[in-house]
Amino acid sequence: MILGRQLRSITPYTALLPMFVTVLVGYIGSALWTLGMSMTASRTFPSSHFIGLAQYQRLFDNERWMLSLNNLAVYGILFVIACLVIGFLLAVFIDQNVTGEGVLRTVFLYPYAMSFVATGLVWQWLLQPGDGIDSAVRALGFHDFRLDWLVNQDMAIYTVVIATVWQASGLVMALMLAGLRGVDPEIWKAARLDGIPAWRVYLQIVLPMLWPTIATVLLLLATAVVKLYDAVVAMTQGGPGTASEVPAKFIMDHLFLRSNVGLASAGAVVLLVPVLALLAPYAYARSRKEAA
Amino acid sequence: MIGRRVALAAWLCASAAAAHAGPRAEVIHWWTSGGESAAVRQVAQAYRDAGGTWIDSAIAGGDQSRAVTVNRIIGGNPPTAAQFNTSKQFLDIIEEDMLNDVDDIARRENWDSLLPEPIVGVIKVKGHWYAAPMNIHMQTWLWYSKAAFAKAGIKSEPASVDELFAALDKLKAAGLIPLAHGGQSWQEVILFSSMLSNLGGRELYLKVIRDRDQAAINSAAFRKVLLAYKRLQSYVDPASPGRNWNDATALVISGRAGIQIMGDWAKGEFTNAGQNAGKQYGCIPGLSGNSPYLIQGDVFVFPRTDDADAIRAQKLMASVVERPNVQLQFSKLKGSLPVRPDLDASQLDVCAQKGMAILRDRTRPVGVTEVYLTPDQNGALQDVLTAYWNTNMPVEKAQKSIASALRY
Repeated sequence: MILGRQLRSITPYTALLPMFVTVLVGYIGSALWTLGMSMTASRTFPSSHFIGLAQYQRLFDNERWMLSLNNLAVYGILFVIACLVIGFLLAVFIDQNVTGEGVLRTVFLYPYAMSFVATGLVWQWLLQPGDGIDSAVRALGFHDFRLDWLVNQDMAIYTVVIATVWQASGLVMALMLAGLRGVDPEIWKAARLDGIPAWRVYLQIVLPMLWPTIATVLLLLATAVVKLYDAVVAMTQGGPGTASEVPAKFIMDHLFLRSNVGLASAGAVVLLVPVLALLAPYAYARSRKEAA
Repeated sequence: MIGRRVALAAWLCASAAAAHAGPRAEVIHWWTSGGESAAVRQVAQAYRDAGGTWIDSAIAGGDQSRAVTVNRIIGGNPPTAAQFNTSKQFLDIIEEDMLNDVDDIARRENWDSLLPEPIVGVIKVKGHWYAAPMNIHMQTWLWYSKAAFAKAGIKSEPASVDELFAALDKLKAAGLIPLAHGGQSWQEVILFSSMLSNLGGRELYLKVIRDRDQAAINSAAFRKVLLAYKRLQSYVDPASPGRNWNDATALVISGRAGIQIMGDWAKGEFTNAGQNAGKQYGCIPGLSGNSPYLIQGDVFVFPRTDDADAIRAQKLMASVVERPNVQLQFSKLKGSLPVRPDLDASQLDVCAQKGMAILRDRTRPVGVTEVYLTPDQNGALQDVLTAYWNTNMPVEKAQKSIASALRY
């Protein structure tokens, strides 16, 4: 009897063990190893030659890295806001019980089924000067039309925003729609009785009620921002020049092409900081909620 | 009856074993395009003729191929031989003591006096030879369309940097794209190297790239080089960013553009389009009689092993790739030059013959940036050059950034 009960109490932990080992070795272990590597003079091969914070000093002396961080901030803010706004509006649109809802939902969600690489390539073709949208609009008779964002220093990073927003806002819509469907119909009835216009109900009543959904969406989008790599490689290769470089590309380049494991590790550690900064308040809020 | 069958089977097994008794070499390389794979087949055939077994592991893309080699070396399952560029890409592997040397062959064939100095500088480390060089590429040829030159009224090949700019101006006035350029950072490094070697000369080139001399980088002469490099940007077409090098070559082939500065691999594009050197297009190795000739190329390295058979296979490989006929056959198909300046170049094309003549003058060959800089320093230099090319960065800032990129 006692043995059986003991066994039963052990079972869930046994089931969790593989995940626990993965987290410990795969995530935390790798993160600590990277932290260690970032303080060594490792080049092609990991070395144990300790050089303190010299790699970090070099990292922040590197113009491409600083530009990459700047690009990431610009990209992150625009991408998250655009995805939230477009995703929310699409969800509200579908929530009006439009005909063909099933088809529209699929259409809006479909881009998310594509990889960032495929998305990047498609948009590269669309935005290629002298090709794609550029020549299509000119063929319509607008002879002065020029769309050269992809090869323009100041605009290249925005093309990446456009392509990735196109890809990700469908997912935001799906999550928001699930949230909207979870809103109690009684609230809508009450609002209608009081004669409140629908847009105010959405903005001032429904939206605050959707907060947990929005938090989830924010977390998903934020991780997508930090790991931005493949869309840039497929669309601009970081160019023209270094105009659309991002930190993940800097890290990959130094890890493999430029044989500098130490500097790449330092970059990876720096990139971990904003992730933790985003995660910490979220985890804190959750833990307080659970305690309450 | 049964006895005879067993004897026959034993005999068959023995002969099969004998066929495999020769040295077996698994070779990783990235020669996968048409001309390249035809070239490497020549080496494979020569290896088989010498009694070895060649196991071909072609991996498309240099970065990918080198990553596989390094990973297999670390993982303890290295190939017998692997391709690298003639550069510092494999210096770390040497320093980790993970390559076998080929000293006896190098000494027997007297590589020290035979091979061009920049190549020796890369493959000979602390007195030991760690790679067998396969071929030489020259990075900064000027390719020009004779039709475009005629249309712009350019009578003679430019013979100085000033004459180059004059020719570019004439091409611009004739409504052509003066300079065919693919706006990718490595191609911008080629334009920069061309200006540094032709305008700055051998001494400044080596001081900046090899010695990473801060004073030379901050000098007025180097600033002039940077300004000339930036001036080239005013001669490219607006669609150049991101363009591949062969698409730029196609512009010269069609006569829509006048000049491209590119390595001798561009020659293959002209040949494929049915054009001949000296007829439809011209090739200029340098803008003066003594401008440095920037070389790079490919080598085979031999990952460390204690297996006697594998070492035999490695030694056979090192001696086969240096054989004169293998060198010539390979380079003829690849569009490169043999690493041995002592070979008879008469069966190569006109441009390659010009190149061979320069190679024999031991004062002219100098390595490309990757020969002197680590992949990491080279990358940092590339980042600054491409940013300077593509933005309105003032020249003083570019100079300072290059100084700081090459300090580490």
